[in-house]
Amino acid sequence: MATVVHPARHYLNDGYGISSWLLTRDHKRIALLYLAAVTFFFFVGGAMAVMIRLELATPVGDLVTDETYNKLFTMHGVMMVFFFLIPVIPAVLGNFLVPIMIGAKDLAFPKINLLSWYIYIIGGLFTLYALIAGGVDTGWTFYTPFSTMASTTNVVPTALGIFITGFSSILTGLNFIVTIHRMRAPGMTWFRMPLFLWSTYATSLINVLGTPVIAITVLLVAAERVFHFGFFDPRVGGDPVLFQHLFWFYSHPAVYIMVLPAMGVISELVAAGCRKPVFGYSFVAFASLAIAVLGFLVWGHHMFVAGESVYSALIFSILSFLVAIPSAVKVFNWTATMYKGSVSWETPMLYAYGFIGLFTIGGLTGLFLAAIAVDVHVTDTYFVIAHFHYIMVGGTIMGYLGGLHYWWPKISGRLYNEGLAKLSAGIIFVGFNLTFFPQFVLGYLGMPRRYHAYPPEFQVLNVLSSAGASILGVGYLIPMVYLMWSLRYGRVAGSNPWGAVGLEWTTSSPPPTENFAETPVVTWDPYEYPAADLEGHVA
Amino acid sequence: MPEAVHHHHPALAHHFDDLAQQKEAATLGMWVFLATEVLFFGGLFVVYSVYRAWYAHAFAVASHELDITLGTINTAVLITSSLTMALAVHAAQLGQRRLVIIFLVATMALGAVFLGIKGVEYYHKFVEHHVPGPSFAFEPHEYARHAQIFFSLYFIMTGLHALHMVIGLGIMTWMLWWAWRGTITAEYYSPIEVSGLYWHFVDIVWIFLFPLLYLIGRHA
Repeated sequence: MATVVHPARHYLNDGYGISSWLLTRDHKRIALLYLAAVTFFFFVGGAMAVMIRLELATPVGDLVTDETYNKLFTMHGVMMVFFFLIPVIPAVLGNFLVPIMIGAKDLAFPKINLLSWYIYIIGGLFTLYALIAGGVDTGWTFYTPFSTMASTTNVVPTALGIFITGFSSILTGLNFIVTIHRMRAPGMTWFRMPLFLWSTYATSLINVLGTPVIAITVLLVAAERVFHFGFFDPRVGGDPVLFQHLFWFYSHPAVYIMVLPAMGVISELVAAGCRKPVFGYSFVAFASLAIAVLGFLVWGHHMFVAGESVYSALIFSILSFLVAIPSAVKVFNWTATMYKGSVSWETPMLYAYGFIGLFTIGGLTGLFLAAIAVDVHVTDTYFVIAHFHYIMVGGTIMGYLGGLHYWWPKISGRLYNEGLAKLSAGIIFVGFNLTFFPQFVLGYLGMPRRYHAYPPEFQVLNVLSSAGASILGVGYLIPMVYLMWSLRYGRVAGSNPWGAVGLEWTTSSPPPTENFAETPVVTWDPYEYPAADLEGHVA
Repeated sequence: MPEAVHHHHPALAHHFDDLAQQKEAATLGMWVFLATEVLFFGGLFVVYSVYRAWYAHAFAVASHELDITLGTINTAVLITSSLTMALAVHAAQLGQRRLVIIFLVATMALGAVFLGIKGVEYYHKFVEHHVPGPSFAFEPHEYARHAQIFFSLYFIMTGLHALHMVIGLGIMTWMLWWAWRGTITAEYYSPIEVSGLYWHFVDIVWIFLFPLLYLIGRHA
């Protein structure tokens, strides 16, 4: 292997000083701005989770009052869903990779890209204000009439924060759609695109079509609180369940906004980690679109106990089962890709293995919940909490961390400490399962969500869960340390430390400001791993 | 790339190959944005449909309180503004700077007339206590509750439409400035075209709002 050297000119040293960052239009720098911001909100939301798990270590409400507890789980949900899980992979990895993966110099609308970051920050500040000024106690779901008539907390600032941040999602999605349609390098046909782009594209469709509905919904809630309009007010004939329909029309697809990009990341990791093309490329690609489309048709399964008619419930139940098909296509295809591949045990692959296992558990328990009879039994219990944390934390965060490790050498030009990275991946996997697996049992036994106290017989499982959360927390802190450390002391990565294929590995690390010395011409299919590459990699 | 060097238009951004690609991107971007807008107003139309189906009679009675004359005039004003907008785009394609300016000013004037008339209507509703909230009053009394939902929808739907008009006027002011200083040419007219797409969309929203809000139960 030839000695690798750091490139002389790249996007990180193309201009110094605060304004070269805050006024940048370079998609790679904007990705890093997002990286800093989402990490901040992740730790704010994480701090709430710490308080929740501390309170639940004992059966009685001894650490915080019931009202404070309501505010804690609300703000945990709002921060994590709207300010971390939804933006994280598209805005950080997507921003960095979409133009590079198609051989473009930038996104189609660089100024709008920067604008979307500022919109995100302004929305975040509104929500932080709501938090500091006393919090919100409605749950992240803002169910009416409690949110419109009863709650005395900061519903309006939080709603406005979510409304504003929504435009950031819309603009990012719009930018990706236009970029993927119009900016592909010569020869980069749709079916030569990496699967990460297919899932980013599918995600962007949901962003563009779903987010405006949550925007108008929270606007109606705000209008009802401020001007006493009567959209969901039963006193004038308004229907609170209509709010739930509007809310979940976005917020169910939002789950796919969170997990689809992670699936895209996993496709990349599995191909590179097995040195094989992804099995059934077009099936995986179309599964992303199928999930995006089906995801819009299942929102009613959140209302099985909310007075929905039997016939709607039946249809929503069947449609929810259908989502399992494209999801399973992906899981089976990743597994088939690994079959007889030379599978690697490097950090990104550890996260990929974690993702596949945890997403499978999360997905299968989703089928329990799609079955109406079971759902009635476990509605609003910890079973639901465990299920969606397996998807969002076990899925999205695993995918994100796997992707961050895989592309970190490209982003920073440096290698991180592989030993520490493997260790923290293991800690996260163990901590995650210890935190959330007991919650399946708790929920099945009947422990309801959103209470700060519980019967003493649930304590053992709750203590296990809280202990797991502390391990998980340590697992999340370690990468902060060694990734920062690598920026200065890490070994120089070279343009292709993994020996992977894909346009992003053909340019230098870190890439130059316009990504490529000259526009690449693509003449090959995705994941064309040459047999010669296999040699050095077989264990 | 030599072919890019010999013909580098000042309006061409660094990351595009040529003006055609830039124009395609801008146009597609606006269409995607308009899809977002359809879903944004779509949420309101769903709410409207549900309550209209449940409280059809109260909605018809409440709808008769709206000023159909002013509503009709406003519809005509807005459709005319779409015509002047289309003419502005056409003039821009031909590089007729003076005509672009004239038609943009006409579009803005018509938009301002629309907003003025809307303001008069809002004022009347305020005086008549038809603004939802604690001071809401409606006769006959048996329809008062459901009429409040109708007027909640009326204000939020027309209010958000008016907000889109105001934003449209802002965009037109910007385009006027660009046309004035000569940025808009027969080669580079996509900003006018894309702004026109937005303006027509806002008009189309009104084409739905007008019958849904003003014309209920008038066929009998």
